[in-house]
Amino acid sequence: MGRPKIPRKSTAIDMTAMCDVAFLLLSFFILTTKFKPAEAIAVTTPSSVASKVAPDKDVVLVTIDPTGKVFLSMGDDKNDVAKKEALADAIMKSKGVTFDKQKFAKAHFWGCSFTQLPSYLNIPEENRKGNALAGIPADSTKGANEFAEWMSLIKDAYMGGHMNLLLKGDNASKYPAFKSVIDAFKKNDLMKFQMVTNPESIPTGTELWKKTIKGEKRDE
Amino acid sequence: MAELDTSSGGGHKKGPGVKKGKKLSTRVDLTPMVDLGFLLITFFIFTTTMSQPTAMKLFLPKDADKPEDQNKAKESGALTVLLGKDNHVFYYEGILDNSNASSKFKSANFGNGDDGLRMEIMRKKASTPDKDFVVVIKPGTECTYKNVVDALDEMTVNDVKRYALVDISDVESKLIQLTEGAAATK
Repeated sequence: MGRPKIPRKSTAIDMTAMCDVAFLLLSFFILTTKFKPAEAIAVTTPSSVASKVAPDKDVVLVTIDPTGKVFLSMGDDKNDVAKKEALADAIMKSKGVTFDKQKFAKAHFWGCSFTQLPSYLNIPEENRKGNALAGIPADSTKGANEFAEWMSLIKDAYMGGHMNLLLKGDNASKYPAFKSVIDAFKKNDLMKFQMVTNPESIPTGTELWKKTIKGEKRDE
Repeated sequence: MAELDTSSGGGHKKGPGVKKGKKLSTRVDLTPMVDLGFLLITFFIFTTTMSQPTAMKLFLPKDADKPEDQNKAKESGALTVLLGKDNHVFYYEGILDNSNASSKFKSANFGNGDDGLRMEIMRKKASTPDKDFVVVIKPGTECTYKNVVDALDEMTVNDVKRYALVDISDVESKLIQLTEGAAATK
């Protein structure tokens, strides 16, 4: 009796299903990725071991660029826009300058003295680049510290609500710029702020490393 | 899976002179496509998690106007870290005065080697009681924001409970300049 014939099977696997899964995941990740908006102010932040993610609600962001110029920006939510308009009113009232409130709220960041605001807001958004702008005068040794006034007006706009004060400084910016910003915070009793940094791994063998290994919570 | 029927329908008999065309399979090898798909997936996974910036909290002390309101640090437990230009770090323990400036004033760097700031902080921390230990960070006018953040980070890394960011004094900034000048001429 002859042996029954075993049909020879091909070793090639059907890849279609796997391909489907791969591209499904791919489209998921593409759609969920939030790309960083193009930065008008080029800033490379230093890194720290801090593990808390920077907040993105009710944010007041102070940026210090490599040359020490100071810029201010706020979020783009509905609430933030209302706050910005309130801030615009306050500036117009206290500084005696007039400008378009909508334009002020739409600007991604502000970086000029109060008197220059009207002309600043007339520059098209795409031409407003950090390196071509003057920045908010913050150095008390060179005239008025307008940045402190900005902060006090912003603080008033946030009255009763919580404000996340963020500071984003460039690696190369010098300490005096940082100090004048801190001084402006202090002047307005804003004693708590957060510095935006890049994450960095905890060096092995240090106290913090031992703590994390033990699973203790960090007090940040 | 949907497949196209490639076999010629019916059993047509062709003439003796007609050659049979080779039947090509319509199935495509999808392996490279899957490879590419997964490569892109890994790329997107990494970029999504990596670009998340973190925030480091800093609480500022209230400026005390009167000297008696200021916090006093025990001399034995104080370590003062001075930040100079080009990532130079200097430090001294206790109080600095003219008589001991040359012996107490030492230089370090941001590395984690034996002459690094981390080593020095660990050494000082081990040799002083916890409640007395305080680090005073004094950034000079020439140092960068990165230096300040690195120094503050060092406090977190070494679990220093008490530290302060204080303005540099004239004497100290002069000492930094002198030391840096000496190092440059060497």
